[in-house]
Amino acid sequence: MSPDRMVRWAKPVVFAGALLPLAFMIWAGLHGNLTADPLKEVTHETGDWTIRFIVITLAITPVRRLTGWNWLIRFRRMMGLFAFFYGSCHFLIYVIADRFAGLDFPDGIVAWSTGRALLASIWDDIYKRPYITVGFLGFVSMIPLALTSTAGWIRRIGGRNWQRLHRLIYVTAVAGVVHYWWLVKADIRDPAIYAVLVTLLLGYRATFFVKRARLQRQPAQARARA
Amino acid sequence: MLVKKSSDIPSSEITDKKLYLGRREFLQAAAVTAAGAATGTLVLGGSSAEAAPSWPRVKIPNIQKAPPAFTTTEKPNTYNDITTYNNFYEFGTEKGDPSQNAGSLKPSPWTVKIDGLVDKPADYHLEDLIKPYALEDRVYRHRCVEAWSLVIPWVGFPLASLIKTVQPKTTAKFVEFTTLYNLQQMPGQRSDVLRWPYVEGLRLDEAMHPLTLLAVGVYGEYLPNQNGAPMRLVIPWKYGFKGCKSIVKIRFTDKQPLNTWQLSAPSEYGFYANVNPSVDHPRWSQARERRIGEFFKRPTLMFNGYGDQVASLYTGLDLKKNF
Repeated sequence: MSPDRMVRWAKPVVFAGALLPLAFMIWAGLHGNLTADPLKEVTHETGDWTIRFIVITLAITPVRRLTGWNWLIRFRRMMGLFAFFYGSCHFLIYVIADRFAGLDFPDGIVAWSTGRALLASIWDDIYKRPYITVGFLGFVSMIPLALTSTAGWIRRIGGRNWQRLHRLIYVTAVAGVVHYWWLVKADIRDPAIYAVLVTLLLGYRATFFVKRARLQRQPAQARARA
Repeated sequence: MLVKKSSDIPSSEITDKKLYLGRREFLQAAAVTAAGAATGTLVLGGSSAEAAPSWPRVKIPNIQKAPPAFTTTEKPNTYNDITTYNNFYEFGTEKGDPSQNAGSLKPSPWTVKIDGLVDKPADYHLEDLIKPYALEDRVYRHRCVEAWSLVIPWVGFPLASLIKTVQPKTTAKFVEFTTLYNLQQMPGQRSDVLRWPYVEGLRLDEAMHPLTLLAVGVYGEYLPNQNGAPMRLVIPWKYGFKGCKSIVKIRFTDKQPLNTWQLSAPSEYGFYANVNPSVDHPRWSQARERRIGEFFKRPTLMFNGYGDQVASLYTGLDLKKNF
């Protein structure tokens, strides 16, 4: 089978696979298997899957360069969009289970004052709590990437600019790790794993960029000699 | 007539009733496992909320009713909530880890050392330590520093009764509690997420307060390992981490003990750890809490609602500084 046909076959399979965590959460929720505090559990699970998909997305280019499996690039957008999907779930659950559930409802639940209080409560939290600030930054920096993920947008803003814009995912990745690190109480083992992975993946890019910049700076003659 | 005097067998030498009664549960669990393995349902089923627990459940005889001032009428959380949602890092840092991993703890036989500035230091067999006191049912609110809460029907006796028995010296100002340190029984201690063994402390007057409980049971049954078997501390107006579990040592001292969480992060966890909605944890608010099983968060009450009984312990103390 040609790589092209293989990718076309594999795409729906990978898509379904990426939905499995969601399916598992729904299944576990229906069976009462999400611990005694299911809201906290789904908050953590969706957060975990966000950073996992960010790491997968970031891994595609290095793995492609190291192995020569160029077809990998055709899964990058899907992986990035799944990071955004789980990140959106994570943010939405936080808004509902953490912020909304902690409001007073002086005029009842369905009221303008509820909406205003909710926005104020989210804003206060982002302003006051550093781990929320960076988490929010990580989420917000994914929005333009998700919006401009189509081929049409690459054409509209030009490949070069598009690529520059999409380096925002580095911000998302670092913010995601810091967010995780700052929220654990004592056991930093899980955030440390992601810190190592993100450092390796960004470090790979840094050395790649430096090497390429050096090559470009060398005069053509020197390059020819080398 | 010659009557042979029976040898003095310490109670711990007699097969523990808990273990004795536990045989049935063990056999049942083995049967379920075998049946599950045979049909393959075990893998699919996972640990469903309705599944029978894997630990023995043994009723405690002769439990007294607590005086109304020492028990809340709020609806307790379910047995399942209380025994599967635990912070007990000695068995892992996830809430579900202790109920999964605490089977390695052997709560019997158990020795508790009474030590330090006290007239009657001794090593007690647990059952001998408990024997003199009437065990009471006490339903307490339990507020975790992580902003969730439970209502728990403990079984225990006031720590004050024990303190009166062992007679601390007048120089004793604090009481220090230590959890078991044993890598085989507590596998979580192999990682250094905290400094082991776990240590907690109280001022002597806090320890003497009639609400301060040494708990040996929950829901009328002996404590499951994950809840701090065989004996743990419960101070309902303080954050849950003050409640030292699986206690092996109670030491009287003239210096304020350095408790484990304070040692781990002194800017976040203090010695007092009184529940206080107006003093936030540096990283999250303490103004509200999620009662497990509820969606909307409740406002957190000063001293977890026990202010009438305990506020006088802290007159003149800056609770913002002494968090």
